[in-house]
Amino acid sequence: MYGALWRVLPGPVWLRIILLLILIAATVYALFTWVFPWVDGIVNPIDVTVDQ
Amino acid sequence: MSDPQPEGRRRARAAAAQRPPRHRVSVVGVIGELLLTAGVLILLFLGWQLWWNDAIMASQQSSTASAQSAEWNEQARAEHSEAPAPAPEEYGDPVVGPAEYPNGEPFAVMYVPRFDSPDTHDSVRQIAEGYGLDVLNSYETGVGHYPGTQMPGQVGNFAIAAHRSAYGGGMHEIEQFQLGDPIYIQTKDGWYTYRFRDFEYVTPETVDVLAAVPHQPTVQPTERLITLTTCNPLYSTAERLIAYGVLESWRPAAAGPPEEIADVVATWGG
Repeated sequence: MYGALWRVLPGPVWLRIILLLILIAATVYALFTWVFPWVDGIVNPIDVTVDQ
Repeated sequence: MSDPQPEGRRRARAAAAQRPPRHRVSVVGVIGELLLTAGVLILLFLGWQLWWNDAIMASQQSSTASAQSAEWNEQARAEHSEAPAPAPEEYGDPVVGPAEYPNGEPFAVMYVPRFDSPDTHDSVRQIAEGYGLDVLNSYETGVGHYPGTQMPGQVGNFAIAAHRSAYGGGMHEIEQFQLGDPIYIQTKDGWYTYRFRDFEYVTPETVDVLAAVPHQPTVQPTERLITLTTCNPLYSTAERLIAYGVLESWRPAAAGPPEEIADVVATWGG
């Protein structure tokens, strides 16, 4: 899986590392901006109140 | 044709040796990588929820609340610009606002110096009516008032709830309360200064802490209390941590914020 990604990336090792870091940054950005807020609305909410 | 072309076979073998090794994708390998990915994603989500988004929400909730406070202060100054500020003996009994507000409507601002961090200064919160997620998980409020409990300054129990971790954590530092710590509540009518009295650890069903006299629902109240409820232990929802405070004093809006925090309040809304 990730081995295939590494082989698909072009160029020498240093370029592949830079490309990989860019990919990771883009993924984390997408997760933080869209995916996690969406997931947060679905998963069991944290309850802080006293209630019956 | 008895010879099966040894020359061609040898060439094929040589070519195979030159080709880069074939990468075999094993099922176990892929499952392993998927599991590792899931682990990283869950850790990232927790990081987002407990730190990243928490810090963003705390900052936005605090600046919204500070702006609201500044707006009320500005209104009070404008209305009373001619008249001299009232003397303490003229303050009278605490003014109590409407008995209830529409759900989700912010009507007060809470400032607890003990909750403040010297680095971020993001401890001011708006208090809105209701304790649903629309209030507690909002980027603008963060603290909810239990409907049916009393209002700031009223005889009885002004009961509020907020997150302890994540979503801005309006009561994140609650366990640091020390006896007598001030809890400032501001409404458009003025400033109510409560003093922290004691903690209590209860189960989530203990609604008696919200009674006008906590745990004594049938007793007629004589004190003006504030009750803060949040989850306990930190990062868990197994129990509730309750903090009680007693009203010490009140100042009408025309008198401005309490002297001890006047300097801090003056920096808000800028």
